Amino acid sequence: MKLNLILLLFIFFSKFSFAAEKTVDPNLIHKNLRCLVCQGQSISDSNSDFAQTIKLVVKDLIDEGKTEDEIYEFMSDKYGDWIVFKPQFNTQNSLLWILPYIALIFGGFFIFTFLKKRQ
Amino acid sequence: MQKIIKITILFIFLFVIGIFYISLSRDTNYNTSSLINKETPEFKIISFDESDTYTRDDIKKNNYTLINFWASWCAPCKIEHPILMKLSQKKNLMILGINFKDKDPQARTFLNELGNPYDLLAKDKNGKQSVKFGIYGIPESILINKELIIIQKFIGPLSVDDYDNIIKIIEKS
Repeated sequence: MKLNLILLLFIFFSKFSFAAEKTVDPNLIHKNLRCLVCQGQSISDSNSDFAQTIKLVVKDLIDEGKTEDEIYEFMSDKYGDWIVFKPQFNTQNSLLWILPYIALIFGGFFIFTFLKKRQ
Repeated sequence: MQKIIKITILFIFLFVIGIFYISLSRDTNYNTSSLINKETPEFKIISFDESDTYTRDDIKKNNYTLINFWASWCAPCKIEHPILMKLSQKKNLMILGINFKDKDPQARTFLNELGNPYDLLAKDKNGKQSVKFGIYGIPESILINKELIIIQKFIGPLSVDDYDNIIKIIEKS
């Protein structure tokens, strides 16, 4: 009985998470796109003409079945990486993504040797 | 150990200064570099009188095509209009005008008053087609060659220098 209940819960939550994965939230995308004609505003925050058009295009792309990443790629392709608040992982931005991990490893190593020496 | 700490601090300091220098000297304004030398996107745009649709095939027929995004409510579009009229006389260049988020009667009045430089005239009522060309404000113009490659993109009204530049490109071939 207990096992059945666990299995049921597992199926329910796995289905739920599957559904959540498939849904693309337009608001999330709007928040991650920069309004190019505004001062530091996202598409979500702006009521400008440009923002309204981008919202329509994002809606169309979602209807076409595009994923969140594909939509960012489309926008970067048209307007450059500057339109996306969260930069994509590519050769140009690789340092930006890798550097925190390098800093973490080196920092950890540095603290470790420092503490070891003190002991 | 002291030496390692000093070197690390110096390295971090220089790194932070370097990042600040690169970030502050970088141009944060939108530029067109990402579109140059790329192929013209697939598009299907309705003609101004709604009797036809234009696609990339219509551009292929010409050596050069200038796609100009304009509207009657756009003051800088009036400024560049004489340059477009001059460009319309060049045989090597076709001009595709895309009327952007405009009202038909106003657009018609605009062309009747200032002249119609466009070989093909289309309209983009909600601006969605223009996003495919990376348009974010008007006027903007895109120069495309026969192979459908974007040669140049002009943001803002076309200037006399832009005119000379276009002439140089289209008369080269």
